[in-house]
Amino acid sequence: MTEIKHKVVELEDAVIRFAGDSGDGMQLSGTLFSDTAALAGNAIATFPDYPAEIRAPHNTVAGVSGFQTRISKNTIHSSGDLADVLVAMNPASLKSNLKWVKTGATIILDIDTFDEKTIEKAGFKQNPLEDASLSSFSIIKAPISSLTWETVKELGADQKTAYKTRNMFALGITYYLFNRDFKTTDEFFDKKFKKKPQLISINKAVIRAGYNFADTIEAIHSTFKVPSIKKIEKGKFRNITGNVATAWGLLAASERSGRPLFLGSYPITPATEIMIELALHKSLGAKVFQAEDEIAGICSAIGASFAGAMACTSTSGPGLSLKSEAIGLAVMTELPLIIVNVQRGGPSTGLPTKSEQSDLMQALYGRNGEGPVIIVAASSPADCFYAAYETAKLSMEHMTPAILLTDGYIGQGSEVFKIPKVKDLPDINPPIAQPNDTDFKPYRRDAETLVRKWALPGTEGLRHRIGGLEKENISGNVSTDPLNHQLMSEFREKKVEKVVNFIPEQKLVGKDKGDLLVVSWGGTYGSVFSAVKEMQDEGKSVSLAHFRNICPLPKNTGEIFSNFKKIIVCELNLGQFVKYLKICHPEFKYLQYNKIQGLPFMVNELKDQFNKSLEEK
Amino acid sequence: MEENLTVERTRVPLTKEDFVSDQMVKWCPGCGAHAILSSVANVFPKIGYKKENFMLMSGIGCSSRFPYYVNTYGFHGIHGRANAIATGIKVTNPHLSVWVATGDGDSMAIGGNHFIHIIRRNVDLNIMLFNNQIYGLTKGQYSPTTVMGTITKTSPQGTIEHPFNTGELVLGAQGTFFARVVDTNPKLMTEVMFEAAKHDGTSVVEILENCVIFAEGVHNAITGKDVRDDNQLILKNGEPMIFGKNKDKGIRLKGTRLEVVQIGVNSITEDEILVHDQYDQDPGIHLMLAKMAPPLYPVALGVIRSAMFPTYDDMVEVQIKNAKATSPVKCVDDLINSGDTWEIK
Repeated sequence: MTEIKHKVVELEDAVIRFAGDSGDGMQLSGTLFSDTAALAGNAIATFPDYPAEIRAPHNTVAGVSGFQTRISKNTIHSSGDLADVLVAMNPASLKSNLKWVKTGATIILDIDTFDEKTIEKAGFKQNPLEDASLSSFSIIKAPISSLTWETVKELGADQKTAYKTRNMFALGITYYLFNRDFKTTDEFFDKKFKKKPQLISINKAVIRAGYNFADTIEAIHSTFKVPSIKKIEKGKFRNITGNVATAWGLLAASERSGRPLFLGSYPITPATEIMIELALHKSLGAKVFQAEDEIAGICSAIGASFAGAMACTSTSGPGLSLKSEAIGLAVMTELPLIIVNVQRGGPSTGLPTKSEQSDLMQALYGRNGEGPVIIVAASSPADCFYAAYETAKLSMEHMTPAILLTDGYIGQGSEVFKIPKVKDLPDINPPIAQPNDTDFKPYRRDAETLVRKWALPGTEGLRHRIGGLEKENISGNVSTDPLNHQLMSEFREKKVEKVVNFIPEQKLVGKDKGDLLVVSWGGTYGSVFSAVKEMQDEGKSVSLAHFRNICPLPKNTGEIFSNFKKIIVCELNLGQFVKYLKICHPEFKYLQYNKIQGLPFMVNELKDQFNKSLEEK
Repeated sequence: MEENLTVERTRVPLTKEDFVSDQMVKWCPGCGAHAILSSVANVFPKIGYKKENFMLMSGIGCSSRFPYYVNTYGFHGIHGRANAIATGIKVTNPHLSVWVATGDGDSMAIGGNHFIHIIRRNVDLNIMLFNNQIYGLTKGQYSPTTVMGTITKTSPQGTIEHPFNTGELVLGAQGTFFARVVDTNPKLMTEVMFEAAKHDGTSVVEILENCVIFAEGVHNAITGKDVRDDNQLILKNGEPMIFGKNKDKGIRLKGTRLEVVQIGVNSITEDEILVHDQYDQDPGIHLMLAKMAPPLYPVALGVIRSAMFPTYDDMVEVQIKNAKATSPVKCVDDLINSGDTWEIK
């Protein structure tokens, strides 16, 4: 880079938000910015925030697509509350993102997009550049569109190319602001446009034009430096999104269990990336079946499971509803089946691209009859790897369908992932019946775990029949005997209860006694952890119990709860986990904090709430 | 396809007894399903696969009790989903001979979507579709194949729905194998089942089955002793389409339609009669044959279409084989260490 002429401010932590029309390439700008930061040694956490429409009307608030990334020199657990830097590619993205920006933040605007029409379309009553509404920010008015056009014109490209590479001009400005080099990004262009070399030079030229523009103008008085992380543990790292981590966790479980992976799924936001990722890995033997509907997705997986695959289906809330009957079939046939639900806002089509934790009750109880299943919830993008692995292990070893709950926020968000060695992961031993086992009966159970054997078609001497009708104990023949039904219903229930002996005890962040216990679960870990940690640093008597194992709950749950004066359960719904806790542990009183806006928790709102709970008599 | 995923063959000859289940058969006396069961028990040993490589799948309905009555690996699924579950089984283990027992309601109403898509994909398995034109297990409601105007429990004034012709639906979904038999002709049924087993791809065998309780006699116009010779055309590959009590009627192509002609009348000779080519890739004639119905035409029985196309499960294996041969990612460690990573020492 050129010599530094301006003041460089060192920051511990910075949040950058890229916002533009869907189609402006904001997700890509954000991803490239994050990858560069990660490779430069920063901790990162990202959060894409985009509309359900692929291309909503231009220049409207409805069409704004955002990508937030937080970079830090410390270990971080969330993508941050408010942005230090906002890139807004048009008036609508400024309008819809102003509420996510800190006072004093730097806002980079593509000034070429600000005219009477677009300003009005964005919903501004008057031009925000002409009144005082932006006075508390540091505004960089950048003619991004026109300068991109000037740059690409010289390289013989057309207007369309200029329009498509504007995001790189904006990215170049942010690289200047954060003193980044182009190495990782150049490598990305080289790879991505291998077959269109002209686009390599165009993109490289545009990002440099943005950088040089920022270097030249006098509007930028200081730039930022976020040093690389200090306390990071040793090892090999990478950036990963939750959905990719889920796919990889499943692949790892398949490899360690020796059971080939089968995924039967139907595309649905925000879960589709799991299927897309697995479809790439046929070399690992993964069979991905894009079914005709959600029901065929899960049913093909049930068939695959019967045939001996580690069978999975991935979906989001509406898809889980469609799969309900088939989950019951897997419960009755006592076959392993991994159901991944990347939750989104509901009910019905709801908020497809927004995050929520409102499928918990559906996961727990959304079936006809008594239909217990194992439920695990992932805490963060990287944890999706381990949560998927654990779900697969429990499902196969206990011959029971298991639901993994993640959500759009962690599924599409990313963070740094410490790469494990597959051999260091726990063993997975599915109870496969041996050929000609004379003792084999379809529903004979292990006395301790109540688990039946997995007898694979094609194995000599084990021909048998299973199905959705109630089974006679041991023989597996169809039975409508009243006492047998009671017995089998209790077996299925107890089999899941007994999984408690195979899951870790609940851990606490902080002291095991105190004034307030914060209880949370699933994808909210980052913000809840940060809030609790900050309060602990401020000397407050607050601890956190963040649950990953939902059904069954860890053994020591009640013991933990009993040591706190107050318990507050916070979740992104109207209170589903708290209802469940009231069923499982009615002996305690629970406060609750619920948010259902399709958005993650903010650290500060949680702290306010927890402080209030502490103060309340 | 070059993959040729064969099912392992038995070393010892098998008999009907090898497939007898210990379960009591609970279909009504006189139900056409008994004949189908007997036909399957006859044909399985003849196919010659090891007995543990047979897999019977079903959905819900009278037909779907089938897996309990045959000693193979069996799975009694949920309503309409047999074809979806069977797809997962076959794709996971292509070395199984997978058979689906299903009905007109199971596969063409509640499971219609899975039915057309399994056919379109050409998954290598065999679907036995018991068509009795009625919902038997729920006691007598009309089905998607019930003839328009039929009075049933849910159509007291007669149905006002156009029924599906199974063959037309199968061919419309790009079916590669379609055959039709009647439950009163066990010999033909066994021959056709054997042909279905040989076919690589989804085979659909429609069995016109009599429900003695709720739709007694619905197929009488085809199966009745007095009319069957004139109302059934039993197709044989490579042979002219001749039928009738006196073997003097034939099917001829006139313009773009089929017509029934009397051989020897108006100087019509056997040379003008269509010769059946079940292997023709073009489904044009097959579709016309499938749609034939009395009173203008006989009903076509036997194998109507058996065309060679790549199967879904073969292509899955080919893609996996190619990926394994060419991808640098050989294990999960390779995968998670690929791409952009950094190390802190």
